[in-house]
Amino acid sequence: MSLKLDAGIPDGPVDKKWDKHRFALKLVNPANKRKFDVIVVGTGLAGASAAASLAELGYNVKVFCIQDSPRRAHSIAAQGGINAAKNYPNDGDSVWRLFYDTVKGGDYRAREANVYRLAQVSNAIIDQCVAQGVPFARDYGGALDNRSFGGAQVSRTFFARGQTGQQLLLGAYSALMRQAGKKQVQVFPRREMVELVVVDGAARGIVTRDLTTGRLESHAAHAVLLCTGGYGNAFYLSTNANSCNVGAAWLAYKKGAGFANPCFTQIHPTCIPQSGEHQAKLTLMSESLRNDGRVWVPKKKGDNRAPGQIPEAERDYYLERKYPTFGNLVPRDVASRAAKQMIDEGRGVGRTGLAVYLDFADAIKRQGQAKITEKYGNLFDMYHHLTAEDPYRAPMRIYPAVHYTMGGLWVDYNLMTTIPGLFCLGEANFSDHGANRLGASALMQGLADGYFIIPYTLGGFFASSKLAKVDTSHPAFKEAEQSAAGRTQRLLSIKGKRTPVSFHKELGTLMWNNCGMGRSETGLKEALAKIPAIREEFWKNVVVTGSGAEFNQTLERAARVADYLEFSELLVRDALERRESCGGHFREESQTPEGEAKRDDANFSHATVWEHAGEGKPPIENREKLEFKDVVPSQRSYA
Amino acid sequence: MNAQEKTMDVTLRVWRQKGPDQPGRFVSYAAKGVTPEMSFFEALDTINEGLVAKGEDAIAFDHDCREGICGTCCLTIEGQPHGPDQAATGCQLHMRAYKDGDAITIEPFRARAFPVIKDLVVDRSALDRVMASGGFVSVNTGSAGEANAILVPKDKAEAAMDAAACIGCGACVAACPNASAMLFVSAKVSQFALLPQGGPERDRRVLAMQRQMDLEGFGNCSNEGECEAVCPKEVKLANIARLNREYIRAMFWSHEVHPKVDLEGQEE
Ligand SMILES: Cc1cc2nc3c(=O)[nH]c(=O)nc-3n(C[C@H](O)[C@H](O)[C@H](O)COP(=O)(O)OP(=O)(O)OC[C@H]3O[C@@H](n4cnc5c(N)ncnc54)[C@H](O)[C@@H]3O)c2cc1C
Ligand code: FES
Repeated sequence: MSLKLDAGIPDGPVDKKWDKHRFALKLVNPANKRKFDVIVVGTGLAGASAAASLAELGYNVKVFCIQDSPRRAHSIAAQGGINAAKNYPNDGDSVWRLFYDTVKGGDYRAREANVYRLAQVSNAIIDQCVAQGVPFARDYGGALDNRSFGGAQVSRTFFARGQTGQQLLLGAYSALMRQAGKKQVQVFPRREMVELVVVDGAARGIVTRDLTTGRLESHAAHAVLLCTGGYGNAFYLSTNANSCNVGAAWLAYKKGAGFANPCFTQIHPTCIPQSGEHQAKLTLMSESLRNDGRVWVPKKKGDNRAPGQIPEAERDYYLERKYPTFGNLVPRDVASRAAKQMIDEGRGVGRTGLAVYLDFADAIKRQGQAKITEKYGNLFDMYHHLTAEDPYRAPMRIYPAVHYTMGGLWVDYNLMTTIPGLFCLGEANFSDHGANRLGASALMQGLADGYFIIPYTLGGFFASSKLAKVDTSHPAFKEAEQSAAGRTQRLLSIKGKRTPVSFHKELGTLMWNNCGMGRSETGLKEALAKIPAIREEFWKNVVVTGSGAEFNQTLERAARVADYLEFSELLVRDALERRESCGGHFREESQTPEGEAKRDDANFSHATVWEHAGEGKPPIENREKLEFKDVVPSQRSYA
Repeated sequence: MNAQEKTMDVTLRVWRQKGPDQPGRFVSYAAKGVTPEMSFFEALDTINEGLVAKGEDAIAFDHDCREGICGTCCLTIEGQPHGPDQAATGCQLHMRAYKDGDAITIEPFRARAFPVIKDLVVDRSALDRVMASGGFVSVNTGSAGEANAILVPKDKAEAAMDAAACIGCGACVAACPNASAMLFVSAKVSQFALLPQGGPERDRRVLAMQRQMDLEGFGNCSNEGECEAVCPKEVKLANIARLNREYIRAMFWSHEVHPKVDLEGQEE
């Protein structure tokens, strides 16, 4: 162990920590704020909310994204909703319960203090979004409407039809564009961060590639915020957008930032199944559908009658059977594994047999089609567009797919990585969801980080650090540009025979088979042996057409695949070292007699934080011990 | 259970253009063994894989979510922005819409305000600048009141959501004979005009956004209705009527005089 992993959690009772800390943080004099430059990489919920809020405070902000507009960050695709502890339905919710549910849902692998703070600021997020004009669903009295969402027994989820992520992101984006109009933020779309610049041990800037011209540009700042999203695309097929990548986090890792729990990946139970080899991505059907849809497979193996032809008595509503209390609303990891079990038993449905049914017939009968359309209209349309089947008439076919990554850069209570001045927000960090994220909590976390945490903690960092003047004439920038240019050149000069996508597919298939829903020592060791071989072939035989000095999507893809080829090895190693099952990480060797995940608190109640030891050397394992004072770990049970 | 899949061969006539200032032309590519389940973009992927494997430049086209929500994709397919399907983006189009032997022409979204970057990729940053001029509610983080303190009638909230569903793809601009961005602007103006939160800046917003739209070189609306027809999110023309009412209201009732709208320091 060589990383200094001091999370800096304030002492005192969990519900007083954040207040106490906010008071303890030093403030930056209002007149001095304009002297600080802040780089925000990413314009999803985390990045857009952070950039807008910091600009409002008076900092000089530069914000970067890969897409042609900040409004198109992957957060736009989130469907189901955002949690908050408002307790409007009067059904027993509270900050404490949201805290408790999140720690338990994460299978006791998250930091209590962070989770409590998240629950605490959740209500202010809803207030903020409503004030921005986010059109959340409302009831007939005009008050905000709520629904329950996977794994929760209270209705605490706020939603805007099935487009909650879109509406929240447009809220944050409009706040960002307001600051852009005021020239308090400079927006750099179609820019990919290709280097992190560290000077005297602190993050002082980045190098970006202008994706339209290929030009490398240096940007200096007093702090860098990575809000770059998750790495689900390591599996090739996932619900993530095409441009989601691990690049920025991986650059940071190689410059000394600890990477925590990379094996904590989430597989979402309700996605549209793959239809063939050509498939480029998978589409999520929001979890909210499980509120009204019932999941089933035929009782008989290989029963290939049309769903309507299978009588009630011959259907197995397996979630309701196995988990009578939670039924169709069990957390994602549990629902995904149950689906896999059914399919492994030969009871999968559809053309490929790789699907289970999600049936709305009862809900439509009970509530009427109009009500179902109001709740899920756009999701039903989306399903219809993709499959040419009408879910109002026949059940949807669904299958689990990689969806979210709980692991990410290690951050302390201030959201700072192990590199001073380098912060990490949103899905890209590891902080709040432990080994499994509850539905509707990612949007909450992204906005909590950006609107309500970083504005305080970044000020504290500036006020208590002595940062020398550094601009882009510093030799570190030249070096970083050279290294980025060298990498591009290397990719272009191989001129092999296989496309970047073919390598991505090969890697993804291996990851899904050996490090997906079920993970075993044998499978993981096999993957550890195979990944370096794929990587080696990539660097000998990839073909990247075009040049580095133009708009070149093949080059972009190749660089991202190259990162995944390195990063996946860390992910698999982490999965191998964690010899317990917890949340989304299911080690076949560690299960209860009923086939549920079996944690090993005696040996694994920690975050594993990996440290780069240099090219070609095995990474160093560090640990942050987790302590549970307020939520006593128990075996999760949803029966 | 694996039923035999039908396959088909189609030809894609694709606009190729090396860079912004270079001439472009159509090039035909054969897509063989396409299945009806494939998305249109997956057919393009297949062609690109073939091109790259041969050492040739892939066809550049923008896409990200591939599920009709991010607004990144911007193809004109057979003269229709986003292609033949109603209420859908190009990325939601599937090959079952075509049959063996079809030839399909693909161009970028065309509009004066959307210059081509390469092949099928265009620059739509003008839309962001319109948003920066007024497409927001000025509320700083932390200053919001309790969310349920202001009740919003359900029908108003739903209508605001209908307008807010705009994904900012620019298909409306590409479809309009005048390349007007009225539908885009009206969606944002309507969303905020329908909600109490948008009230205080109602006049300033509509004047500023309208002005920026003109500055960016978008054309005027002459009620062609093409925008509504291609909108993947079915944003309605009624929004344009509301935009016009808002504009007139602001012109006549506002204390702020057009065009000297306070653009929040934008012209400092
Ligand atoms: C289909 C789907 C549905 C979901 N539904 C829900 C839901 O209902 N509720 C919920 O709580 N969560 C949901 N999630 C999860 C949630 O949407 C994400 O976790 C969250 O939006 C991530 O936000 P972010 O700001 O961290 O990152 P993102 O939104 O992924 O943004 C990342 C940003 O970083 C930029 N970026 C990345 N790398 C670079 C680089 N090298 N250089 C420059 N820029 C870079 C990108 O351009 C982008 O702007 C869903 C996820 C998916 C995939
Ligand atoms: S790629 Fe996102 S809308 Fe088409």
